[in-house]
Amino acid sequence: MPGKPIVEARGIHKHFGALHVLKGVDLVLAERELVFVIGPSGSGKSTLLRCLNRLEQPSSGSVVVDGVDLLDPRTDINHARQRIGMVFQSFNLYPHMTALGNVTLALRKVAGKSRSEADALGSAALARVGLADRAGHTPGQLSGGQQQRVAIARAIALEPRVMLFDEPTSALDPELVGSVLGVMRDLRESGMTMVVVSHEMGFARNAADRVVFMDEGAIIEEGTPAAIFETPGHERTRAFIGQIQRH
Amino acid sequence: MLQTFFNLEIIEAAWPIILAGLGNTVLLSLVVVPLGLLGGLGLAMLASVRKPWVRWPLMAWVDFFRAFPPLVLLIFLYAGLPFAGLELGGFACVCVAFFLNTGAYYGEILRAGIDSVPAGQTEAARSTGVGRLQTMLYVVLPQAVRNVLPDLLSNTLEVVKLTSLGSVVAMPELLFQARQAQSLTYNPTPIVLAAVIYFLMLWPLVRLLSRLENRALAGRG
Amino acid sequence: MSNWDRFVETFFNAKVMAKYLPDIAYGMLVTVELAALVIVAGLASGLALALLRSLGFRPVNLLIVFVVDLFRALPPLVIIVFIYFGLPAVDVAPSGFVSTWLSLALVLTAFSEEIFWAGITSIAKGQWEAARSTGLSYGQTLMNVVLPQALRLTIPPLTNRTIAITKGTALGTVVAVSEILGMASSAMSNSYNPSPLTLGAGAYLILFLPMVILGRWLETKMAWKR
Repeated sequence: MPGKPIVEARGIHKHFGALHVLKGVDLVLAERELVFVIGPSGSGKSTLLRCLNRLEQPSSGSVVVDGVDLLDPRTDINHARQRIGMVFQSFNLYPHMTALGNVTLALRKVAGKSRSEADALGSAALARVGLADRAGHTPGQLSGGQQQRVAIARAIALEPRVMLFDEPTSALDPELVGSVLGVMRDLRESGMTMVVVSHEMGFARNAADRVVFMDEGAIIEEGTPAAIFETPGHERTRAFIGQIQRH
Repeated sequence: MLQTFFNLEIIEAAWPIILAGLGNTVLLSLVVVPLGLLGGLGLAMLASVRKPWVRWPLMAWVDFFRAFPPLVLLIFLYAGLPFAGLELGGFACVCVAFFLNTGAYYGEILRAGIDSVPAGQTEAARSTGVGRLQTMLYVVLPQAVRNVLPDLLSNTLEVVKLTSLGSVVAMPELLFQARQAQSLTYNPTPIVLAAVIYFLMLWPLVRLLSRLENRALAGRG
Repeated sequence: MSNWDRFVETFFNAKVMAKYLPDIAYGMLVTVELAALVIVAGLASGLALALLRSLGFRPVNLLIVFVVDLFRALPPLVIIVFIYFGLPAVDVAPSGFVSTWLSLALVLTAFSEEIFWAGITSIAKGQWEAARSTGLSYGQTLMNVVLPQALRLTIPPLTNRTIAITKGTALGTVVAVSEILGMASSAMSNSYNPSPLTLGAGAYLILFLPMVILGRWLETKMAWKR
């Protein structure tokens, strides 16, 4: 494994009432690593991702990101979350603010930047996702692909050490997927550590260091994209890969 | 404190008076709610004629009575009209005032309900040869009422509460009777008792409404 | 004298109107003052209660819901009568103005809390999550992300409800507040002519008709936005 670990999730269990959603999952990422998490719906992959910034509180286990123990009650979670960017399936942009407003809110309120500083950083982030000219548009005036790129800019403006992507392209029309994947590829090349929950196999093949297959709340197997996609070792993995490749 | 505001002896003494008031409040509500609904239905059905020269005067009528405090209307009928030689008496005044005031509110709600039913519904019914009025009664109105049921119930709650205005024109309803009992006993217990009765009577409706309204606004978000 | 002349002489008597115009104008001032105080106190405390409720302390929330239910179920006039005629029994004697203000403010608090709360809960969970994932605290998320959206949603129902409750300032006449209706009624009995009441009715329309029209405009404007 290249470099030292930056994300260390160990023995994660998560219960929703009687439902046992995560059954002792371990996920460790080295710096600059890109890990793809695949698996059928309900396999717990989104829940695992949301445990990595404590949007979901694990029932037991430990999560350490960039040296900070997220489950320690003394941890300032809001401070820690600045270092962990997250991108959602449904964008979740603030509809009452412009693109720039979306990007700069946390810069001003959490990072404590002045408005002019925040605007400069926000504009730079929008430029990185190719939307410098859309800073004054509200989400309603942007296409789905543009909205998702603003959401990425909102996260990277805070200069995170890790980025979490929760099915970032599944709500997009097919012709808009490419622009979002392009931005993700640029991020990858800049050396960002990334955890991506997605079924974009082509992107996984090109960009991922490792693919993790989850089913029923546990990691069934993991390996290089080639290993998982061409020669899966497990019957359930094979069945799942076969299913998504047919589509 | 309890001796002052919830004196059991006074409750016992005032009970028959209060009970008569409660009966009248219920009766009054049973008269004015259908009356208001009827007025509202008339307004809404007129407004469903989508012609500007029908809609604009109706809208003005509705807004006029929505802007007019019901008590002012009631006093006008009760104390103003006799100067023109027209003495209606408390009950008739309440009926007319409620017909005008709550009719406007019900009318606005029902109009919104009728507007919310897609035009395709009317077209479908008319294409099968159903008449204009029958289409309204059997196809449009049932859907309209369902769409605005929370608003209709909410307005009905307000109408029942509004019957307390009857006390101002000497209608022997719950509040009036409570004040009579209060002045007889020199003790505020009867008013508290009336308040408790109002609350117990209307609480179930308030609970129901708060659920329906939460759901309605959540649906828009 | 024709019937029409007699009608005009009775309800639109210029001499009587001119004489009592200052009284009605004074009543209008009192009504505006009372209405403004009701709106400010009612909306502010309604919003405060809704924010308090969003913190999710169960015993506090049960209390809020009960108080809200209570003041939604009680007729405003009953509350006014209780405060004005009932409280003096324990040597608290608020004036008619204060009684009316307090009653209507409590009623508006109840209704507006309910509307604000519905607005807050109607904002999608993803908005909370997105904001929290960038490190915003609960309070910052509420103030910067959730509330601005919730308020937009609540403006039309809130406007209509505020008008309906503020019209209740006329109830103050029952406890001798010299607002429009009170001034008009006493002018009517002094002059043996209902023209002051006509004047008062006009005053109410001047005050409330613009608000009703504003409410209607807001409703259609917000409806098209969706």
